[in-house]
Amino acid sequence: MPYLKAVYRQESIKITMNKAYIGCILVIIMSCNTNPGPRPDLVKESSSRKADTTGWPASFGLGRPASAVDIEKIDIDVRPDGVGLPAGEGTAITGKTIYMTKCVACHGTDTTSGDAKLPGPVLISDHPGKKNKTIGNYWPYATTLFDYVRRAMPYTEPGTLTNEEVYHLTAFLLAANKVIKETEVINAQTLPKIVMPAQHRFVNDDRRGGNEVR
Amino acid sequence: MNEQEKDRKPGRHISRRILLGGAATAAVVLLKSSYGQVVQKAITQAELKISDPTKVLGPPPGEVGTRSKFEKPVKKTSDTSSRTPLQDLFGTITPSDLHYERHHAGVPVIDPNNYSLTIHGMVDKPLTFSLADLKRFPSVTRIFFLECSGNYRSGKETMTPQEICGLTSQSEWTGVMLSTLFREVGVKPKASWFLAEGSDAAVMTRSVPVSKGWEDAMIAYAQNGEAIRPEQGYPARLLLPGWEGNTSVKWLRRIELSDQPWMTREETSKYTEGVKDGKIRQFSFVMDARSIVTYPAYPQQIQKGWMEIRGIAWSGRGKIYKVEISTDGGRTWNTAKLQDPVLDKAHTAFRYLWEWKGGEAEILSRAIDETGYVQPTMKQLKEARGEDMGGYHLNPVTSWLVQRDGRVLFKPEN
Repeated sequence: MPYLKAVYRQESIKITMNKAYIGCILVIIMSCNTNPGPRPDLVKESSSRKADTTGWPASFGLGRPASAVDIEKIDIDVRPDGVGLPAGEGTAITGKTIYMTKCVACHGTDTTSGDAKLPGPVLISDHPGKKNKTIGNYWPYATTLFDYVRRAMPYTEPGTLTNEEVYHLTAFLLAANKVIKETEVINAQTLPKIVMPAQHRFVNDDRRGGNEVR
Repeated sequence: MNEQEKDRKPGRHISRRILLGGAATAAVVLLKSSYGQVVQKAITQAELKISDPTKVLGPPPGEVGTRSKFEKPVKKTSDTSSRTPLQDLFGTITPSDLHYERHHAGVPVIDPNNYSLTIHGMVDKPLTFSLADLKRFPSVTRIFFLECSGNYRSGKETMTPQEICGLTSQSEWTGVMLSTLFREVGVKPKASWFLAEGSDAAVMTRSVPVSKGWEDAMIAYAQNGEAIRPEQGYPARLLLPGWEGNTSVKWLRRIELSDQPWMTREETSKYTEGVKDGKIRQFSFVMDARSIVTYPAYPQQIQKGWMEIRGIAWSGRGKIYKVEISTDGGRTWNTAKLQDPVLDKAHTAFRYLWEWKGGEAEILSRAIDETGYVQPTMKQLKEARGEDMGGYHLNPVTSWLVQRDGRVLFKPEN
């Protein structure tokens, strides 16, 4: 199944430059350690395990070139900026039909209690349980839904859903979690624009090393 | 037909073995346990017959060794994981078949002849490596622990070290440094993250900062001297020393370089933890320092006299600097002996000589690593992260209550 990754990639590079801050913040956090550093009475001789490349050739000449076709066959990931999303689209109403056939046995219906013990997590409950970690109140990116459902679901028949089916299911799960309206169409343009309700709660690792418990 | 039935068969000729066994009946004998305690053990008739090994010719050399039939260490399984029997182990290397397991869609069967690892994205030369290619690169061997970040269970007194924190294991791993492969494909300077993808049925993925790839990440194909076990990622896996186990993607098929993380399911809806002010912490990779006493521990019953309090300590931040032991519920602390070699990001065995004179006691251990981090109590963790901290990255000081009769019970919450 060919994906339209290459088409979106040119456009996405500009976006990703802006989003590089995610990585930068992590690097800054790690380097701004105001706590006591490593104990001076210990010599940390092995903090870096970088290979000693003295005497190595520029290349070992191992491996074969990976062609664009080879890569496309396995490059199924989808990023928050939409890079990797295929052509196609989906709606909640069609998604519900697919869900009731292929997902309901493990994930329950809207009347299932959020605390019910099913083979998989309860996904669309109107009765949230104590655990209360749902797509609507916890998942920070809508693109993750498409990526995960396509690569791993259904659990007993992984990787069997078509791109269209995954778009429909994504639309249904977002609508059932009150993130989008039931009439909204989900595709490569609309999905990355959705701001998930819990996204603002996520922060990068704030542990700063040293003797602080965090 | 088992041994006993064979022996009872009428008209069967009298073998040397039967004569040696004599008129043996089931008996109760005193044995020394592996910790030097004298325990009573019921012995079956068949076992008693060969109780004098000097009178029985043993089996010849075999192709594959076996565990003694008297030893039955097993992992404790659940639907999603199985736990290492820490209380049954010695030293710091986990036997490969007792290494903990945590999979997200079962253990795949991968033919090594069809295996390949593709590295692409922000690189000069996208390349695909066969297993043989990976093995031809300069290799490294290193001992370190691997621990699931969801490695803490509590709630009742009758819990073993395995049940409390058996999702940690240690191996000697051999493979190629990821930096060696990065060099080969020419990772572009602006690449800041890479995606690691497994070829299990979940095609599981995690985003990893490129800096870890240059620092000490490995692609391992061997564990404790042999090919990696299927449960551990056969034929090759990623290993990120000191980081939460989920990031060390097994059955690795693809690495893509990028300038941002992918926000995969495992790094957003899973493997994130609540912290204060309603915030959720993501990309908390490093495993903080921790220890556990594995003897005495539930379900053992100790006897008066001298014993070694034993356990393991480890830190994803570096080496263990010190382990302290309390036998009075934390009022006083004593320094335990660390077993050399104390390795970076590795399980480190500790021991402390103690005389139990009877009476109640509470045994605790706390690890201090070379960064000065002191293993916290559960109370400290709650104070730091708030009540909604969830189940990831919990490394509390663990406490064992010695009863007057010598029974040892876990003390939930500390």
